[in-house]
Amino acid sequence: MKYLEERIFKIIMITAALIVLGVLLFILGTIFYKGLPSLNFDMITKLPGGGFYLGKEGGVLNAIVGSFYIIMGSVFISLLISVPLVMFINFYLNKKSKFAELIRFSMDILFGVPSIVYGAFGFALMVYLGMKASLLGGIIAVSMLIMPVMMRSLDEVTILLSRELPDALLSLGATRYEMIKVILRQLMPGLITSILLATGRGIGDAATVLFTAGYTDNIPVSPSQPAASLPLSIFFQLGSPVEEVQNRGYASAIILTVIVLILSLASRYISSRYSKNKI
Amino acid sequence: MRKVRKIKDRFARYFMVGIAVFAILFLLIIGFSLFFKALPVIREKNLWTLLSSSSWKPFKGDFGFLPFILSTLYVSLIAILIALPLSVLISIFLHSYASKGVKRFFEPVVDLLSGIPPVIYGLWGTLAIVPLISEKIAPRFVDFSTGYTVLAGGIVLAVMIIPLLISIMVELFRSIPAEMTDASLALGATKWQTIKKVILRRSFSGIIAATVLALSRAFGETMAVLMVCGNIPEIPGSFFDACYPLPALIANNYGEMLSMPGYESALMFAAFLLFIIVIVFNMVSRITLKQIEKRYQFT
Repeated sequence: MKYLEERIFKIIMITAALIVLGVLLFILGTIFYKGLPSLNFDMITKLPGGGFYLGKEGGVLNAIVGSFYIIMGSVFISLLISVPLVMFINFYLNKKSKFAELIRFSMDILFGVPSIVYGAFGFALMVYLGMKASLLGGIIAVSMLIMPVMMRSLDEVTILLSRELPDALLSLGATRYEMIKVILRQLMPGLITSILLATGRGIGDAATVLFTAGYTDNIPVSPSQPAASLPLSIFFQLGSPVEEVQNRGYASAIILTVIVLILSLASRYISSRYSKNKI
Repeated sequence: MRKVRKIKDRFARYFMVGIAVFAILFLLIIGFSLFFKALPVIREKNLWTLLSSSSWKPFKGDFGFLPFILSTLYVSLIAILIALPLSVLISIFLHSYASKGVKRFFEPVVDLLSGIPPVIYGLWGTLAIVPLISEKIAPRFVDFSTGYTVLAGGIVLAVMIIPLLISIMVELFRSIPAEMTDASLALGATKWQTIKKVILRRSFSGIIAATVLALSRAFGETMAVLMVCGNIPEIPGSFFDACYPLPALIANNYGEMLSMPGYESALMFAAFLLFIIVIVFNMVSRITLKQIEKRYQFT
């Protein structure tokens, strides 16, 4: 009797796992099935032409480059904040320090703040500073979103680092600042993983850039100009009543999905290759 | 030479302390600035009317948030109802039954699911779930449904929170000391009995905490839900009615809100409300999870 129950539940569990796997394949299948017919080289090499939103020629280069600019800027800003922060709580503060615990806790909470709230806050901030929707505004909002992601994943690998290296460096007479320069080299794979994770989260998020970065058919040439982004481009194309524009929206969705999948698999590959004690 | 090194070191330290203090204060900064932006509408209407009125006529100055709050709740609850059983089953499977190869295969699957951007989920929802509901599911229960419904939002959201639930729960099960499960197995219990009586019971509070965390994630999800839930500012009467969650309200109206000060303040109130709810949920579940982690470190 007890074996029967176990067997039944085992079947249910495997079914559950298969359902989730099936859903992933279903999502990818839907996107590729709908988008592949309209995906061509023009999509990624051309700016939207004059009649783009009526179904005429053009591509979404504006959105690809815009997203790229936004994510580069925000990765840079969040590196500037998260790297010193992680180094500080791991190597300047005591292991049981309440202060470090408080910082980690607030990062966990910041991680949970919805992206639309960052968007709204970023927008309020920009209104206060008298800025218009621009590349810079988008960068600031996305930085807020990805900073906790980056900080948490970098913190996870830093905690695992052995204490011997820092102790050896300190006993050789290095200052803490010099010690950290050496440790960062050691942490390179972890740092790259966290950058990839943060990029994946930031590049796909529409709610933060909706208010802050605006939208344009051109490639921004200065930080004060509005910038397009891939998720918003998809969203706007889908909202069009013209069928061809919608189809190109599906094709743009393939572009975004492929970018995100590559980022996700790359970060898993790097983190599994360079860490010893993971499965 | 020695002095320069010392100065550099000191400078780096001050810089780091500054960033650390900023990081902690940042939550308060966000909270207060949203609050001050929302203050005009709170002053004018009083909090209770805002929360309990269901009349949403921004052009007349009526801001009742009840439809949006209820929509958010309904959509999130459906999502949890679907996602929680699936995630618990899969986590148990991954923890106790799956071979190494299966685990290796399944981890990237969870990764990919959590990496897919909200817009793509929304697109999938509109292409696959919405037609499914309007053509297959809804006709069995109601006369007519567009498919852009509470149920569609809930299903899409469920898929989005499953990766979060699985990763926390696998972590939870792993933190249970092997002595406990071994003791149960040694007493002659089957694997399944051990799971029921030891693993699930020991991690019950953790599962609740994970659920609360996933719920808060569901509350804040914007784009995907916005694309499939219809966006009609009325209290949904059934799962096959359209709804209009708080994040979608903010995202849809950003263009017009600058033209009317009362409207802007009302939308900022929505953001503030969302912020507070999510923060509270997050804090409760994070503290619970931390305590569980600590409990097992010393046993």
